[in-house]
Amino acid sequence: MLKLNSKTQDAVLFYALRFISLTVIGLLLFIMYVLLKAAWPSITHNGLSFIVKKEWNPVEDQYGALPFIFGTLVTSFIAVLIATPVSILVALFISEYLPKSISRIISLLVEMVAAIPSIVFGLWGIFYLSPFVKLTLAPFLKTYFGYIPFFEGPSFGIGIITASLVLAIMIVPTISSICRSIFELIPAHQKEASYALGSTKYEMIKMAVLTPSVSGISSAVVLGLGRALGETMAVTMLIGNSPLISKSIFAPAATMASVMANEYTDASSPLHVASLCYIALLLFFITFLSNLFAKSIVKNFSKIG
Amino acid sequence: MSNSIHSDKIILEAKNLEAWFGDFQAVKGINVKYCERTINAIIGPSGCGKSTYLRCLNRIHEEIEGTRVSGEVLLEGKNIYDKKIDVVDVRKRIGMVFQKPNPFPSLSILDNVVIGLRLQGITKRSILMEVAETCLKKAALWEEVKDKLNSLGTSLSGGQQQRLCIARALAINPPVLLMDEPTSALDPIATAKIEELMNEIKRDYTVIIVTHNMQQAARISDYTSFFVYGKMIEHGLSSDIFTNPKEKQTEDYISGRFG
Ligand SMILES: Nc1ncnc2c1ncn2[C@@H]1O[C@H](COP(=O)(O)OP(=O)(O)OP(=O)(O)O)[C@@H](O)[C@H]1O
Ligand SMILES: [Mg+2]
Repeated sequence: MLKLNSKTQDAVLFYALRFISLTVIGLLLFIMYVLLKAAWPSITHNGLSFIVKKEWNPVEDQYGALPFIFGTLVTSFIAVLIATPVSILVALFISEYLPKSISRIISLLVEMVAAIPSIVFGLWGIFYLSPFVKLTLAPFLKTYFGYIPFFEGPSFGIGIITASLVLAIMIVPTISSICRSIFELIPAHQKEASYALGSTKYEMIKMAVLTPSVSGISSAVVLGLGRALGETMAVTMLIGNSPLISKSIFAPAATMASVMANEYTDASSPLHVASLCYIALLLFFITFLSNLFAKSIVKNFSKIG
Repeated sequence: MSNSIHSDKIILEAKNLEAWFGDFQAVKGINVKYCERTINAIIGPSGCGKSTYLRCLNRIHEEIEGTRVSGEVLLEGKNIYDKKIDVVDVRKRIGMVFQKPNPFPSLSILDNVVIGLRLQGITKRSILMEVAETCLKKAALWEEVKDKLNSLGTSLSGGQQQRLCIARALAINPPVLLMDEPTSALDPIATAKIEELMNEIKRDYTVIIVTHNMQQAARISDYTSFFVYGKMIEHGLSSDIFTNPKEKQTEDYISGRFG
């Protein structure tokens, strides 16, 4: 067998690692290139105004991405709005209230929610959530908060809020498990410092657990947002897939991911295909930004923590 | 040797106090009385339960999962382990300084000192500033931080952080102050400052201090207890303990033949 001295060994390892990491970066650039090439006809045809155009009409070969950007941002935003407090409470409950033996099981169960396939969430949404929204949630909101324009119009059970709720459930495990690991990093002496000053458990949590975790929680939320932005299957099944921009959260809409999943296979005109690829490129850009943002928060967080 | 005259009023008393971590008993049958406005040292070999005992006196021990306490601790005659007593009130009246400095990392120096007052609902800035200044002066830290009260508490050196924690404990003005090796991380100058401070605050507070430094115990304390394996072997006037101990074990320990 070939026997290498330690210096050559190091060199081999170094070049092998460098090769592998360059391959990964190369693959990323290659995917971008393919996407860009596929989207090129639409980019040259529509330019940047693609982003602000509201018409999406394949029959007349009119393509504007605004309804989908709107759908993606709104559903993800509502999902994060719902999932964040829930996740923080779940994480606090697991790390601060449950005895260790039980907390391990519960956090495992919560994390298993993340392993449920997207299509299963979609089916559950159709069979359970959609009737719930139509028959219970929508009438309730309309009765008590009907004067708010977000709750205008009829609900068919399929639409923005239904997709947002499923997204929220899907990202709770992500956000809560990151939050829990952040909370568990808080040293016992910090909590004791707080208790020793005569704080209640609630005050201790506010002072010694939540305050130093703010940036960590924010990055968990942004990572959850990233997951919601790109989620496809469940949303496609529940959002109604109409390229509309409406005030009401009960109205059907479409997201960037859902329009691709929904229309790509039937797209006949070359411009249609290119426009879908253009949307893919935009989605890629948005999730890239949100990931970058999460990373920058984590960096700041590790500086303090 | 401290030989000031103090009152004989009992402020804190432990009655058959015992503490466990799971099945392991770390504190065994402690009976002791502490007089008001005295400094009381606790000495003993490492792992003998000094910290655990101290942590039973302000009910912090029970915050560790799987722990248990039995017996009584009477603060001015009232058992702090009584079901009717609110643990939050107990801790407001029995302050604690930990072995490792533990300022709150996201708070400024000023906020670290006054956080206890904020908890009690005091928000008036002039009051907070006044208390902060008094307590930082008592903790011998004022001169070093008066120009940077808004920097983070954790930006200070270890010794400064410890004095910050002392100021934080003093700010809520507890009649009893527990200190667990407060000077073990400090240089001789800072240590001298803290010892001076203890002599100072003795006029208003009762201090119970764990220390590994025998000279320190002899210098500053009125009474000393000696612990081994969770038991209090001897308790008495420091002048007696250090010159003329009753127990053989105590004698061996303070003369360095033990532990
Ligand atoms: N969290 C814990 N879980 C289980 N056992 C513990 C825990 N903390 C301390 N003990 C045990 O309890 C005993 C007493 O510990 P304690 O910290 O009170 O000793 P100490 O006298 O303060 O020692 P030192 O002088 O080193 O600080 C030790 O035997 C220790 O191993
Ligand atoms: Mg100790």
